[in-house]
Amino acid sequence: MNTWQRVFYQFKKHKLGLIGFWTLVVLYVLIIFADFISLYNFTETHSRFTYAPPTKIRFFHEGKFKGPFIYGLKRTRDPITFKVKYEEDRSRIYPIKLFVKGEEYEFWGLFKTNVHLFGIEADSNEMMLLLLGADRFGRDLFSRVLHGGRVSLTVGLVGTFISVLIGSIVGSISGYYGGWIDVLIQRFIELLRSFPRIPLWLALSVILPPSWPSTWVYFGIVIVLSLIGWMGVARVVRGMVLSLREKEFVLAAQVAGVSNFKIITRHLIPNIMSYLVVVSTLSIPGMILGESAISFLGLGIKEPMTSWGLLLNQAQSLAALSSSPWLLIPGFFIMVSVLAFNFVGDALRDALDPYRTVEKV
Amino acid sequence: MWTFIVRRILIMIPMMFFVSVICFVVTELQPGDFLSQYLENPRISPEQIESLRRELALDKPAYQRYFMWIKNIVTKGDFGYSFSYQRPVVELIWERLGWTVAISLLTIGFQWLFATLMGIYSALHPYTPGDYTLTVLGFIGLSIPEFFLALVLTYLVLRLGGTAVGGLFSPQFIGAPMSWAKFVDLLKHLWLPIVVVGVSGLAGLMRIMRGNMLDVLGSPFVIALRERGLDEKTVRRHVIKNALNPLVSIAGMELPNVFSGTIIASIVLNLPTIGPFFYNALLNHDQYLVMTFLLFIALITQIGNLLADIALALLDPRIRIS
Repeated sequence: MNTWQRVFYQFKKHKLGLIGFWTLVVLYVLIIFADFISLYNFTETHSRFTYAPPTKIRFFHEGKFKGPFIYGLKRTRDPITFKVKYEEDRSRIYPIKLFVKGEEYEFWGLFKTNVHLFGIEADSNEMMLLLLGADRFGRDLFSRVLHGGRVSLTVGLVGTFISVLIGSIVGSISGYYGGWIDVLIQRFIELLRSFPRIPLWLALSVILPPSWPSTWVYFGIVIVLSLIGWMGVARVVRGMVLSLREKEFVLAAQVAGVSNFKIITRHLIPNIMSYLVVVSTLSIPGMILGESAISFLGLGIKEPMTSWGLLLNQAQSLAALSSSPWLLIPGFFIMVSVLAFNFVGDALRDALDPYRTVEKV
Repeated sequence: MWTFIVRRILIMIPMMFFVSVICFVVTELQPGDFLSQYLENPRISPEQIESLRRELALDKPAYQRYFMWIKNIVTKGDFGYSFSYQRPVVELIWERLGWTVAISLLTIGFQWLFATLMGIYSALHPYTPGDYTLTVLGFIGLSIPEFFLALVLTYLVLRLGGTAVGGLFSPQFIGAPMSWAKFVDLLKHLWLPIVVVGVSGLAGLMRIMRGNMLDVLGSPFVIALRERGLDEKTVRRHVIKNALNPLVSIAGMELPNVFSGTIIASIVLNLPTIGPFFYNALLNHDQYLVMTFLLFIALITQIGNLLADIALALLDPRIRIS
């Protein structure tokens, strides 16, 4: 068995790690095909379905099996409180079908189509299949959760990539050169670490100008997150490089006249690659949680883009929370994805780093 | 020991100077200033804004304002004025510090109590269903965003007919003198923020406690104790005492984490702590308030780390600090 086969074998023995891995596969497939799987446009408002509850999917109509279908929805107002109420209208039946035509969207920005994976054959002004309910503007929460996942689940990946990149460059310079460069870098890291994460996240995210379009804000948030995340990586990398630097193969390379840059990139980094993988996986959950907190407070991702944290922002008012609890659903997606990354990270650490060099980032 | 403490405190002085530079740069980079919010207000003329700007010294270049701020801190202990409250920032922060510290300390107490108990149970019954359940629960606690936990618990309390959500007192007790009924009312409100802030750190502490216990349980001195015929209860006492030591060093670092953890929980649950105050100051460009708060929380972190090192040295005589 070579190293990677052994790692794979070890990983497979970790039950929770496997569960986490498959959960992530499902989540990423969902967000990659978000346009196709979601039933409606995630930005489209539907005034007839404001705060509509999740639709019940039924199989039997008056005792007869009919396959999956839904009843119509009647919107009424309470005569005393004027609150909107929804009732099932049993006289109308909408069967759920595969590959139905619905609202138009652009698939991966390549071509326009209106075919959705599944849905009902009815105009969205007449009846909607709302798997997770609708929000204040009658936007389909299921579609919004899928599109929000695109932001929430990629912020962690991109942010971790950047922070591992910065961290491994700074860490290996610090460890390889040593001396005053090392002291300077270590002091600087210590300085940055004397701020707790949350206040610094908030203070940095208000720097992003409010006039920026939402895609710029997305990258801004990624940079804010990785600016705070790289210090832990740098510390781990420095420690590893310090111990590798004295090894014979590095000395041999130095004697042979290989440049420092090449020694770091060709000899040192590949040797610590497995630790970098562990550090990266373990730092993704923190990034996802950070983005959701910033967006939840309204300092992060902004409309029309959306993320799981921003979706939860609507649940902040007590009135909306008690009458429309389905607004909390995006939070479960955050929890499940963070949990899955934690499990995978733990399993990877057991497989790649049995002596636990990487404790906590 | 004393030379170590003195040296650490001396290092803190240049550190805090650089921290203050970072605080200033971060707040300075925010687009616009305190007066930008008035620019679109038709009731305030551009001339008025200009004179206000001069009054608040916002027309001076950045470096001048920075040195003015530092000079006042060093010579007069004056951390500046809040633009929106028109009062010294130290006074404002001081007023809200009480509840913040109270909630933080209670949270740490809650974390420690449950984390050690759960860790001890896990380590004494390793690889049993109970151990696995606690581990998974711990992971869930680690993965649930604080604000989401706050929302879910709020919803559940409302659902079960409770009204004690948001704030620290029910409306009828606000402004009322302290009484037994008011105290009970406070307890009804207080458990929620403590659980919300505490849960995320609890899992980590529990894992560390479990690991320590397992390490100590396998060490030779435990075998020696058993060989001498000591009963299991006494052995357990020795094991727990030894396993607790490394946790003490984490306590010092836990304080700033819990402190900043209260920020988000307080915003969601509407608590009178520094959290919502800092958030509003950020949105309002209340520069001196934001800078002083960041400076303050960095100082707490440094002190926390120092205390952790001292506590560890006092508890574990094997650690010699040179």
